[in-house]
Amino acid sequence: MYKYDQYDQAMVDARVEEFRDQARRRLEGKLTEDQFKPLRLMNGLYLQLHAYMLRVAIPYGTLDSRQMHALADIADKYDRGYGHFTTRQNIQYNWIKLEDAADILADLSKVEMHAIQTSGNCIRNISSDHFAGAAADEVVDPRPYAELLRQWSSFHPEFSYLPRKFKIAVIASDTDRAAMRLHDIGINIVRNDAGELGAAFYVGGGMGRTPMIAPCINDFVPLDRLVTYAEACLRVYNRYGRRDNKYKARIKILVHELGAEEYTRQVEEEFTLLLDQGVEPPFAELERVRTFFEDPLFEADASPDIDRSDPDFALWVDRNTVAHKADGYVSAVISLKPVGGIPGDATAEQMRLMADLAKDYSFDELRVMHTQNIVLPHVRKADLHALWTALDEAGLGAPNLDTVEDIIACPGLDYCSLANARSIPVAQRISERFAKTGKTETLGQLKLKISGCINACGHHHAGHIGILGVDRKGVENYQLLLGGSEAEDVSLAKITGPGFDEHGIVDAVETVTTVYEREREDGERFLDTYRRIGMNPFKEALYG
Amino acid sequence: MRLLTGNDLKTGAVTWWTGSDWSIHVEDAADVTGSEDETARREEAARRVNAPYAIDAEMQDGVPRPTHIKERVRTLGPTVRPDLTLKPAEPDLGNWVI
Amino acid sequence: MAELLRYRDDETVDHPAVTVDAFLDQSNASAVRIEPGDDARDLLPHLERLALVEVNFPAFGDGRGYSSARILREAGYDGELRAVGDVLVDQLAYMRRCGFDAFEPDQQLDKDDVQAAFERWPEVYQSAADDRTPIWTKRHA
Repeated sequence: MYKYDQYDQAMVDARVEEFRDQARRRLEGKLTEDQFKPLRLMNGLYLQLHAYMLRVAIPYGTLDSRQMHALADIADKYDRGYGHFTTRQNIQYNWIKLEDAADILADLSKVEMHAIQTSGNCIRNISSDHFAGAAADEVVDPRPYAELLRQWSSFHPEFSYLPRKFKIAVIASDTDRAAMRLHDIGINIVRNDAGELGAAFYVGGGMGRTPMIAPCINDFVPLDRLVTYAEACLRVYNRYGRRDNKYKARIKILVHELGAEEYTRQVEEEFTLLLDQGVEPPFAELERVRTFFEDPLFEADASPDIDRSDPDFALWVDRNTVAHKADGYVSAVISLKPVGGIPGDATAEQMRLMADLAKDYSFDELRVMHTQNIVLPHVRKADLHALWTALDEAGLGAPNLDTVEDIIACPGLDYCSLANARSIPVAQRISERFAKTGKTETLGQLKLKISGCINACGHHHAGHIGILGVDRKGVENYQLLLGGSEAEDVSLAKITGPGFDEHGIVDAVETVTTVYEREREDGERFLDTYRRIGMNPFKEALYG
Repeated sequence: MRLLTGNDLKTGAVTWWTGSDWSIHVEDAADVTGSEDETARREEAARRVNAPYAIDAEMQDGVPRPTHIKERVRTLGPTVRPDLTLKPAEPDLGNWVI
Repeated sequence: MAELLRYRDDETVDHPAVTVDAFLDQSNASAVRIEPGDDARDLLPHLERLALVEVNFPAFGDGRGYSSARILREAGYDGELRAVGDVLVDQLAYMRRCGFDAFEPDQQLDKDDVQAAFERWPEVYQSAADDRTPIWTKRHA
C-alpha cells in the first residue's frame, strides 16, 4: 500500500489547517455561503437533507486496518455510529457538524487520509479496480498510475474551478470492474505488441442526465507521458467545456458536441505544446510509487483445498470469492447488502471487525468496491472458513455478490437534498422479495442499480435492471430500465415505459425476471437474454 | 401556510422559524406568509441559519405538515432509520412522512 | 475597487487595458484585458509589445482565466499578469501558481488572510507557471 512521506503528510496537514481557517471565516461572517460552498465541497463537506455530510476519500478504494479503524472511530465520535460506502469507493458520514469538520480532517490526517477533492468542480478521488494487485487477469497493478494521478490532481492550480466535477478511473485488465468507460476519463493500462506498457485514454463518458460511453481517444499513451496527456485533456476541457448550463457542463457534452475526433485533435495539439513544459514527473517517481504496490509474501505452498462440508459456507465461497493470481488464495467479498438492509451502510463495529479480519487474513488490506461492498483482497483458501464464520456472526456473511440482492443504491430521498424519490426502501423491498421467493440463486448474475434522481449516483443506466426514482406531482414514482452494463460489455439501459409506485416497482422487477426465466437459454445471464430477445417481451409482460 | 426552514450554520440541523427564533421541531414553526423574504435575509445575514427558504405546509391535527414529501423527510429524519429520527419512539410516524 | 496587490519590482503600467479585439486592431496598445471566452493564444504573436495583461474573473467559479494565465507564461510572457474581478482570497495561491503576479479584486481582501494564503502550502505536487519545484522532483533530486 502507498505510504505518505513527509511531503504528502505536510500537504494534507496544510489542507486541514486551511479548511480550519476557512470554516472559522465562514462562522465569523467573512465568507458568504456562496463563497464558502465550493471551499467546503472541495473538502467533501455537503449540506444534505438533515445535516452536513462528509465524504472521505479512499484513494483507488484501498485502505488498511488502521485506516478502517479510524473510519469507525470517526463514525462513533462525530457521527451516529455508522458510515455509508459509496459508488466511487469512498465513505460518507451523514450527521456531521461544521464546527467538527476540521477536527475530523485532522483525525484523518493522522492515518494518512483526507477528504480532499471528494466533491466540487475539480478532479475527484481517482477510482480503480477493487481487485487490483490480486486479479488473475490483470496486465499490471493499476494503482501506481492512480496514485501518480492522485498527486498530480491534488490542489491542481489550473483545474480547481472546472466547468463541472471530473472523475477518473484507472484499470489494467480486459475485464472492467470500475465502470471505466462511464467516467470523464477512463484509463486502461495495456501492453502493446512490443511488450511495453501504455495507457489507453477513454474520454467523455458519464451517467447523469445524459449518459454516454466514453470513446477511446488514444489507444497507447506511453507511461512517461501519462500526466502530460491527462493535463492536455483537462486543459481543453477547462477552456472549452460549457459554463452556460450546469447540465451541459460535463466533459461528455464537450466531446459529444465537438466530436471525439476534433476533441482528440485539440488534445494532441495541447499535448505537443505541454511536452516542453516539464509537466511530467520524473520516471523514477513512478518506479518509487510502484514499490508500494508489490505483492505481499504469498505462501508458495498455500493449500488449494477448501472444506465444503458446510453448505452455507460452500454457497458463500461460490458466490463471494473470486479467483486470485496466487495459488491457494482468493479475494473474498464482504457483502454490505444483507437482505432488507441499507446498501453500503456499515456500523462502526462492523468496520472494526472488517479491519481486524483484514489484519488477520488479508495482509492488512481492504478494498471498497464501487458496488458498495468490501473486499479482503488476499485470503488463503485455508482461512476462508474462519473468515466466513466471523463475518456470518456479525451479519456480514450474505452470499449474494452480483445477484439481484447485491443492489447498488444511492442514499436517495432519505438523505440527499437532490433526490426526488427514496432509493433505499426500494432496494430493501426487492432484496426481501427475492430472498423470500428463493429466486436469488437461480437468477444468477443480475446487477440491479437504483438512483433516486436523474444524477444517477446509483448507476441506474448501467444496471442489467435499473430503477430511476422521479417526482410525479409530489409522489414518488419509479421508472424501470433494462439492458445496461458498466463492465467491459458496457451499454446504457433503456426505459421500459410508464413508471410504477413503490410497491409496483418491486412487482415489476419480479415480472421481468420471470420473463428471463422463461426465455433464457443455457448459460445466459439476464443481460444476455435481454440483448438477444430485446425489450418487447418484457414490455408485454409489464404492461400487457 | 408558509414555513421558513433552513439548516443551523454550525450543526447543520434542520431548523424552523418560530416567529422569534429557530427550533428543530416543526410543531414550533410559525406561518411566515408575507414576511418570509425579509426574515430569511435578516436571519441568514446574522448567520443564525444557513440557506433558508420558505415552503408550503398545511395544519394537520394542530401540527404544520409540509406539502412536499422531501420536506417531511427533512422534518423528521430518514424513513429507513426510524431510530435516528427526531421521534424514534413513535411507530406511526412513517404515515405522517409518506 | 480595492487596493492593487502587486508582486513585481517594475513600474506599474498605467495604460488602460483594452479588449482583445481592440488590442489586435491597434498596433500601439500595451495593455489588454482577457475575458473568460477569449483565446489567450491570440496574443502570442504580440507578446513583445505587451506590458500588462489583465485576466477578468466576472465570477470566481469560472476557472478559464487560470488556463489563460498559464498559456501566456508557457509562451514566455514575462510582463504583469493581473487577475481582476471576483478574485477571492482562497484563490490567490492557485492563481499565483498559474502565473499571476498582481491582483485587483472587486472586494478588499484582509491583509492577514492574504499573507496566510500565500504562506499556506509548504510544497507543491505538480509543476505550473511558477518556479516552485514539485514534490516528485525533490524526491528524486
